[in-house]
Amino acid sequence: MTAVEERAGAAGADDYEARLQAFTGVELVPQRRGSDPVNVPMIRHWVEAMGETDPVHTDDDAARATGRSGPVAPASMAQAWVMRGYAASVAPAAGHSPFDDLAELLAEGGYTSVVATDSEFTFARELVPGDEVSVSEVLESISPEKRTGLGVGRFVTTVKTYRDAAGEVVATQRWRLLRFRPPGRGPEPRALRPRPAINRDNAFWFDAAREHRLVIQRCAACGTLRHPPGPVCAACGSLEQDTVEAAGRGAVHSFVVNHHPKHPAFDYPLVVAVVELTEGTRLITNLVGIAPEEVAIGLPVVLDWLDADPELSLPVFRPVAGKGT
Amino acid sequence: MSGLSGAAAVAGIGATEFSKESGRSELQLACEAVLAAVADAGLTPADVDGLVTFTADTNSEIHVARNTGMGDLSFFSRIGYGGGAACATVQQGAMAIATGVADVVVCYRAFNERSGERYGLGQADRAMDIGADRAAYSWMTPYGLNTPAQWVAMFARRYMHEYGATSEDFGRVAVIDRAHAATNPAAWFYGRPITLAEHQASRWIAEPLHLLDCCQETDGGQAVVLVSAERAADLPHPPVVVRAAAQGSGADQHMMTSYYRPSISGLPEMGVVGRQLWAQSGLGPSDMDAAVLYDHFTPLVLPQLEELGFCGRGEARHFIAEGNLALDGALPTNTHGGQLGEAYLHGMNGIAEGVRLVRGTSVNQPKRVDNVVVTAGTGVPTSALVLGAAQ
Repeated sequence: MTAVEERAGAAGADDYEARLQAFTGVELVPQRRGSDPVNVPMIRHWVEAMGETDPVHTDDDAARATGRSGPVAPASMAQAWVMRGYAASVAPAAGHSPFDDLAELLAEGGYTSVVATDSEFTFARELVPGDEVSVSEVLESISPEKRTGLGVGRFVTTVKTYRDAAGEVVATQRWRLLRFRPPGRGPEPRALRPRPAINRDNAFWFDAAREHRLVIQRCAACGTLRHPPGPVCAACGSLEQDTVEAAGRGAVHSFVVNHHPKHPAFDYPLVVAVVELTEGTRLITNLVGIAPEEVAIGLPVVLDWLDADPELSLPVFRPVAGKGT
Repeated sequence: MSGLSGAAAVAGIGATEFSKESGRSELQLACEAVLAAVADAGLTPADVDGLVTFTADTNSEIHVARNTGMGDLSFFSRIGYGGGAACATVQQGAMAIATGVADVVVCYRAFNERSGERYGLGQADRAMDIGADRAAYSWMTPYGLNTPAQWVAMFARRYMHEYGATSEDFGRVAVIDRAHAATNPAAWFYGRPITLAEHQASRWIAEPLHLLDCCQETDGGQAVVLVSAERAADLPHPPVVVRAAAQGSGADQHMMTSYYRPSISGLPEMGVVGRQLWAQSGLGPSDMDAAVLYDHFTPLVLPQLEELGFCGRGEARHFIAEGNLALDGALPTNTHGGQLGEAYLHGMNGIAEGVRLVRGTSVNQPKRVDNVVVTAGTGVPTSALVLGAAQ
């Protein structure tokens, strides 16, 4: 019995969620070294393909002129040095890794399709010719089931750690996949929620929401909070602004229960509320975890998050525990 | 009294039929309405030198002018904010006439709002851009708050909570409108009055709004012709003088969703308008013999009565229940049937009814009407008029 099976067993073998969550922290791909050390010919191919023109990657003199001791690999090539190559991808190696176990478990849940949604790199140092890069991959989290535009699925987040021959970390990569049920198998994919029109005045708010942070714009000069946000403080005229993170508590100021017309992205009846936050600003939001007939003005609510699709996360609110149903 | 009061008068009104499918272009509707209004004024298209419409209208002034045989135009202007523009088109024309910029101004609005682009379907799937107007919808459409009915329902719920109003209080507005429409041959709901019980039994659109709290959607066109009060006296109809014409936008104004103000149970922008109406005209609410109140949705008729001073805050439900809006009441209201009963012409048909009331030619003429207040769209930057008989 593997460590994963043991931990799942403790939570109940028939509990699919527990079996999935048992993978948290598990090393899916053990340390694996790239086929070739970092080398100038591969760098040259890569920068040509990408249209990268900075000479520090290929020209010794140009690199030295920047204080480097010679050409350096483009940072985002880290992934390229450890790719298994075409042959390995079409004829997988024998043996069973935890990665394969997880893929099978996801397939059991119907999540047979996959799309990459996020890649966040952190680089510790530049790679130079001769570096031998290896990678390992650890599972960070598996989200609850989400409805997305592609279908019902789960976001699977892993962390890949890239090391050099001495075992020093050269880069880390947070890698997120959506594993989802393809259309026609299980629940049909539904229409995307209407897109917000993102511009220079509101992008920060939707960016923060994707990180599950409900922020309120604050005037950097006089501290006045404002929502919806705007480019100028109406109280003092300052163009400087920052944000505060909301505590996530509030009360229903008003609400509607929508019946008609029905938009295909939503379930009806749909509760939309104006919630007044304890910070004093209000926002339009959805109420979840409560029947429409239980909603009342003044109802205390607490922040929750809706990952509507890979591009859109929205703050929603549910009744404070013990209130409503 | 301001320099604007009494300077201009409505000399003509004209409209197409009101339907659900006009079967012709919006430009044709606009031209038909404009030609009818010019003829009603006893003028010809060549007399017209000013045109005003909505930014929401698709019929640019040049197309209307060219197709109707107008010549040189010295004044053309447009007003934003949907139905809030209606009475402001007349204000624009009156100001142009008062300042000598134009002599004959036609205000018009025409659309295939039912068979073409229906506003009632909401903003969820409209074309995207990154301007401030489109970006404002980002705070609502991702949550499914997409349509005018839903936006108004949010205000209505809070109003009910604060003042004890009920769905039946809103329903009484619909019953009055439909009663008036039932005797107006031009109204879509001619011959079809409703009862309060029918209102209550109609299906939910966006709680607390029932179907019968919502105006219809209409294809059609409406125009009015403005000239100076002196010139109007020489034209066929009795002059209908613009005693006051005002626009208003309130603090922290949004389009239909001003939910961030300390109180959301009033219509501060209509208060801005109302104070100007009374100051310009030297008249007050008690001088009004009738009213045409914008009624895209019944709940916002109530705070209009309050903001204009016909009753105290929160008291409109009593004012209505006492029968004041009926033909024999103190303030006969929406005698054409309103936008719930006659047609949804973005408020322009209400201006025409105001004119008929002063002329004494409404199909539901209550009695002598010396002065009538007409309002434009609510929940948005808005406008209103006091129209009166020549003295």
